[in-house]
Amino acid sequence: MKFHKVLAIIMAAVLMIALFAGCKKDNGTGEETDTYKLSIIGSTSVQAIAGPLAEAFEDKYPGSSAEVQGGGSTVGVTQATEGAADIGMASRNLKDSEQGKGLVEHKIAVDGIAIVVHPNNTLTSLTTEQVQNLFSGVITNWSELGGADNPVVVVSREEGSGTRGAFEEILDLEDMVLQTIVSDSTGAVKATVAGNENAIGYISAGSMDSSVKAMVIDGVECTTANIKSGVYTVSRPFLMLTLGEPNENAKAFLDFVFSKEGQDIIENEGYVRVD
Amino acid sequence: MSNASELKKFNKKTRIMTFLVENLFMVCAFVSVLAVAIITFFIFYSGLPGMIEIGIFDFIFGTDWSPVYADGGFGILPMILGSIYATAGAIIIGVPVGLFTAVMLSRIAPKWLSRIMRPAIELLAGIPSVVYGFFGLMVIVPFVQKFFSLPMGQSLFSAILILSLMILPTVITISITSINSVPREYTEASLALGATKIETIFKVEIPAAKSGILSGVILGIGRAIGETMAVIMVAGNSPYMPTGLFSSFRTLTGNIAIEMGYASGLHRSALFATGVILFVFIMILNLVLMAITRKGGAVRE
Repeated sequence: MKFHKVLAIIMAAVLMIALFAGCKKDNGTGEETDTYKLSIIGSTSVQAIAGPLAEAFEDKYPGSSAEVQGGGSTVGVTQATEGAADIGMASRNLKDSEQGKGLVEHKIAVDGIAIVVHPNNTLTSLTTEQVQNLFSGVITNWSELGGADNPVVVVSREEGSGTRGAFEEILDLEDMVLQTIVSDSTGAVKATVAGNENAIGYISAGSMDSSVKAMVIDGVECTTANIKSGVYTVSRPFLMLTLGEPNENAKAFLDFVFSKEGQDIIENEGYVRVD
Repeated sequence: MSNASELKKFNKKTRIMTFLVENLFMVCAFVSVLAVAIITFFIFYSGLPGMIEIGIFDFIFGTDWSPVYADGGFGILPMILGSIYATAGAIIIGVPVGLFTAVMLSRIAPKWLSRIMRPAIELLAGIPSVVYGFFGLMVIVPFVQKFFSLPMGQSLFSAILILSLMILPTVITISITSINSVPREYTEASLALGATKIETIFKVEIPAAKSGILSGVILGIGRAIGETMAVIMVAGNSPYMPTGLFSSFRTLTGNIAIEMGYASGLHRSALFATGVILFVFIMILNLVLMAITRKGGAVRE
């Protein structure tokens, strides 16, 4: 009986300590940290990395909240311009009409897409227009581009895929891409293209390997450096926008995003880092 | 005196045990019934609102599937036909092969041969479908592409080949069982009347085993229509109307599995609605199966 009482007291003590420990702002290292509160609104493509970034940010600064909402790039620009959100997200460059309103652009990552074919394909380079024609079914035989006399087999991704959304957006091919073969992952696209000499597909540039051949587009090779600098055209910047210089909350978040930790998260999600 | 009280005690103990065990079995029985009820409710609850929003007619008979675009279509007729074509093809190839195999193993083959072949066929049933799919992708797809010199091997035909292979064990084992359960007298009477062995098999034994064989076929259809992974890997999955034996196509199950990952809003409920259609297909199959087995039972009596 006595043992039970002792146990009960110990349990109660542990619970109390846990309760108090929970109240303290503690990031695990014992030192107290600041808390931040901010809202981030805009492009659903950027949202895909802003979500994980916000989670990691909240873990690093317990008690902070970074609320991420979608809506699209245009919504992101508007909300940032009106000051309704601390940070606006856009997955494209600002239009002329959106410039000169005091928005400061922070390029947090670049989304690059490699156009891939079978390694035996004799072609090595394409123009943007040729890519558009290939994927929309205007060009149906590789011989039309000086290649072998073989039909073109377009490998696409499933509806809702972020890579497909980006690919169509960058090349202006919304709802026009042929879906001769639909693969449900980057790996499946690679496997399909690597297994069919007639195939052409697109994958996130971060997942390139030697099983497939990346096309040179408009004379620019698909390399990390070219994507980062923006000369490789089948890519788009991921922007975070603030009205004027970022406020204290937004600055803390952006600092985190540009830190090695933040950029590692971006790379893990399959995008090109900017640091 | 002490004997009587011991007996009473024993009786009481048995009664309690019986009570407990019966209730345990009752709970177990309810688990599966409850699971079916919950799944049914969940599919219809998540799928019906979307289906009604899209319009049931537009959903079932629409031919344009492009759910993420502004003026996108939500028609799954290509997938419904895809599932039906693939299953029909698998039945056309798989059932004769399966039935003849069953006849061979139960009536013609020497004992030692069927002792080797039966475990091999049962092993076929145990292979995971992703392995079938991988085999299809690495062997059947390139073979079909080369053999018919096509732009690509991902096609209805490749899926039919894989599915035929996958329904074989079901068709074979159930057919063997039902052929073996044909009463000996039928066979002996037929042979006594001067019929040959083959005549006896095809004119007496198979007709007598008809309902069992049909059950095997229906179960095979169920397997083929529900198969997902293996088909995704060889079908090409294009959401367009299948135009021929060698065109890329998508099945109902494939549609759900491929797009579930990123779907949201109406797109997501449209995928659940695809599940509703699939559910209805399976229900119809089960009803047919029940009708066949009931009729078969009546005949045998």
